[in-house]
Amino acid sequence: MKTALVSLIAGLLFGAGLALGGMTDPGKVIAFLDVAGQWDPSLGFVMGSALLITFPVFAWVRRAGKPLLAERFQLPTRKDLDPQLLIGAALFGIGWGIAGLCPGPAIANLAAGSPQILLFVAAMVGGMWLRDRTASLL
Amino acid sequence: MNVLVDTDSWLRAAGGGLLIGLAAGLMIIFNGRIAGISGVLGGLLFNPAAGDRRWRSMFLGGLILGATILSSTVTALPPAKLQTGWLGMAVAGLIVGYGTRMGSGCTSGHGVCGIARLSQRSIIATVTFMAFGAVTVFVIRHLLGAAA
Repeated sequence: MKTALVSLIAGLLFGAGLALGGMTDPGKVIAFLDVAGQWDPSLGFVMGSALLITFPVFAWVRRAGKPLLAERFQLPTRKDLDPQLLIGAALFGIGWGIAGLCPGPAIANLAAGSPQILLFVAAMVGGMWLRDRTASLL
Repeated sequence: MNVLVDTDSWLRAAGGGLLIGLAAGLMIIFNGRIAGISGVLGGLLFNPAAGDRRWRSMFLGGLILGATILSSTVTALPPAKLQTGWLGMAVAGLIVGYGTRMGSGCTSGHGVCGIARLSQRSIIATVTFMAFGAVTVFVIRHLLGAAA
């Protein structure tokens, strides 16, 4: 129960942060990625100030034995660089560059009622589903 | 390089980043979970563990609600401007979903959490998707010349 409440609060803060920071505006995202045009560095500040908090937090995680409300930290354990990581990140980057939306802002935008964003999220879920169906290929 | 200087936008961006960092911090400190949006969504839809659905849906519901509340209260925010049409949105959504599932994360999981964990995989993934995002925008805007 408590973990669900923390998740709700964290989700609220995360969504508010995406909107305040400008991540939910695809125009802002494209302007950040458009280094050859009139480059808008704003979204670099979003990631920079988020890291200002998460760096010390994860330094604490490395020392702490367990989280405050759960049995253990559920962290990725893989260390190797596989083709899936690189190809997946490259594909994601291409999609991000086309629409100016990554998964968080796309979902955060759902209540704004844009049918195009609804289509994006539906296609994104379809893409995830397709990945699971084709994972044996690569 | 031609840099757009907009200090109000930078301040809002820094403030938004602090909220995002705080949210990711709460998730790992209290729940032991990485606040990676593609991972939270993928886990909810495709491989939920027992008792896992509730926190994932609470987090994603909060995400939608938090963005909606903030956008309706902070009126100084510029309106969101879509950058592509129906076909572009469908194609982009499909490859964002496929790519984040294949590459185990997106801007939040790899970018905000993974880099802070000093994960080599996440650092390389972040550099990769940022580079491919920038190249894609370059091709669309400057080579194909859509909406200069």
